[in-house]
Amino acid sequence: MGGYVLRRLISVFLVVFVVASGTFVLMHTIPGGPFKKEKALPPAIQRNIEERYKLNDPLWKQYADYLKNLLRGDLGPSFKYLGRSVNDIIRDGFPVSAALGAWAILFALVVGVPAGIISALNQNKWQDNAVMAIAIIGVSVPNFVIATLLMYVFAVKLRWLPVAMWGTPRHVILPMIALAGFPAAFFARLMRSSTLDVLSQDYIRTARAKGLSWYAVVVKHVVKNAILPVVTYLGPLVAGILTGSFVVENIFAIPGLGRYYVTSIYNRDYTTIMGVTIFYSAFLVLVNFLVDITYGWIDPRIKLVKAKE
Amino acid sequence: MEYTADMFKPVEKDIEGAEAIVRPSVTYWQDAWRRLKQNRLAMIGLWVIVIITLIAVFGPMLSPYSYSDQSLFDQNMYVSKEHWLGTDDLGRDLLTRIMYGARISLTVGFLASLINLTVGVVYGGVSGYYGGHIDNIMMRIVEILSGIPLLLYVILLMVVLKPGLQNILIALGLVYWLGMARIVRGQILSLKEQDYVLAARTIGADNSRIIYKHLIPNAMGPIIVTATLNIPQAIFTEAFLSFIGLGVNAPMASWGVLANDALPSFRSYPWQLFFPAIAISITMLAFNFLGDGLRDALDPKQRK
Repeated sequence: MGGYVLRRLISVFLVVFVVASGTFVLMHTIPGGPFKKEKALPPAIQRNIEERYKLNDPLWKQYADYLKNLLRGDLGPSFKYLGRSVNDIIRDGFPVSAALGAWAILFALVVGVPAGIISALNQNKWQDNAVMAIAIIGVSVPNFVIATLLMYVFAVKLRWLPVAMWGTPRHVILPMIALAGFPAAFFARLMRSSTLDVLSQDYIRTARAKGLSWYAVVVKHVVKNAILPVVTYLGPLVAGILTGSFVVENIFAIPGLGRYYVTSIYNRDYTTIMGVTIFYSAFLVLVNFLVDITYGWIDPRIKLVKAKE
Repeated sequence: MEYTADMFKPVEKDIEGAEAIVRPSVTYWQDAWRRLKQNRLAMIGLWVIVIITLIAVFGPMLSPYSYSDQSLFDQNMYVSKEHWLGTDDLGRDLLTRIMYGARISLTVGFLASLINLTVGVVYGGVSGYYGGHIDNIMMRIVEILSGIPLLLYVILLMVVLKPGLQNILIALGLVYWLGMARIVRGQILSLKEQDYVLAARTIGADNSRIIYKHLIPNAMGPIIVTATLNIPQAIFTEAFLSFIGLGVNAPMASWGVLANDALPSFRSYPWQLFFPAIAISITMLAFNFLGDGLRDALDPKQRK
């Protein structure tokens, strides 16, 4: 187990390093830059700006400085917003995105998992068909379509909920559902197939044979075992919520990191794009790492397999 | 009537005939096709895809408008006899633009899937077949690359490359083969231990012949399923990129661009958003239906 954790930790650092180097190379191959505007700046100002952001240093030195700062957790200044660092932007935006994301994950779990179980317990009956029909629509409809549709129906037409912005709990509901649509549908499908798998196992028959009520079998044996695949999907789920936040936060005008990221893409704010991408990747690999460790702890059978690998 | 013994004679025993195969044998593909035909949802998906493809190819030719024709008198028109799905803020016919968008979405879907197919299959095939150090290094690369969502790479690439259809294809092609490579590698790993591979090697077949003539054809089922399910993913990615402003150039119209263009005036002219949104959703639904059906048809062991 210890060796496995260590190896995974090394790979976490490797991923972040590769992403950091990759973004650095990519951003420096772009023709033009943030200060090449249509209106030419006076040469003195141009020089000063280049001095300020050390754009005149040789490339290897920029790269070394950049990695050094990265190790200290400093992602550098924003090219677009004078006086703001990428760290500031992340500090502002990430808590909002994280809160929204956490609600979305919770919503996806609370809706998707029971739906999948109900579906499996009523295999091929109308409940099953209904849940699976909704689920396949859920995985097929892009998140920006769900988001705008929700906004149109519940905010513009019915006026039940605010159209956009952020602040009160009422503001959370629509973007939360928009973000959770795909994962909830995916969970329902996943949970259905794993529940069906578990239901055909011998130990379920044994549990029934020893006189356990159907309810107790489902709660104590079926759900407990069938939920395992859902746990493994938590890593990709966080990734999906994160990329989903790019559009959903934009549509609902939520001041989260996803919105800042897309804005920085519009503005070609290269340092922000680089910094946020690295932050995102570090965050995601860490989540995946934690999920894997947790998985080994929840399901002890997994350790053996991993150790033999 | 009396039955006498001489009315009967022993039937000649036809040993050869009893062994003869009456019907032509059913190949794997015929069998899979038969299973697929029985899956109603998959067939609906297939027909919808055929219809969308036909619309994408011939629709813009039949339309009296072009996707870039502007008309200041017909701005933001609602559904009418002249403009079946209305017009946008520059008076361009929405139906034509959506049909044109179908071309872009389908091109992205099919071509990206084709690139994944070639790169992913070769990469996974080589990695799985040679095993050992090569496999280790190749799979470590895949592992590191898939540490973060592929969409982030595509966004980064699109920031660097200029927006445009060709660059979307390049960005997708550079990144989206990872999943295919993994699946092919897994298949090849189990297939290469089969006896017919040993037999092929005994009669002197070289590595590339074994990979391309024996291993990959036998892994074709999962490959086709993965490629089919890649298509809606690519279509979604293009729409997503266009939606956040990294897609095709104006005046070209992809579904993501149409949805994004409609967003600012969405409260006044919601149909401008709904029609492209419906188009994307139906297309992705159709491909998902077909992909699910293909999985059931090509891999009956997995079926529940």
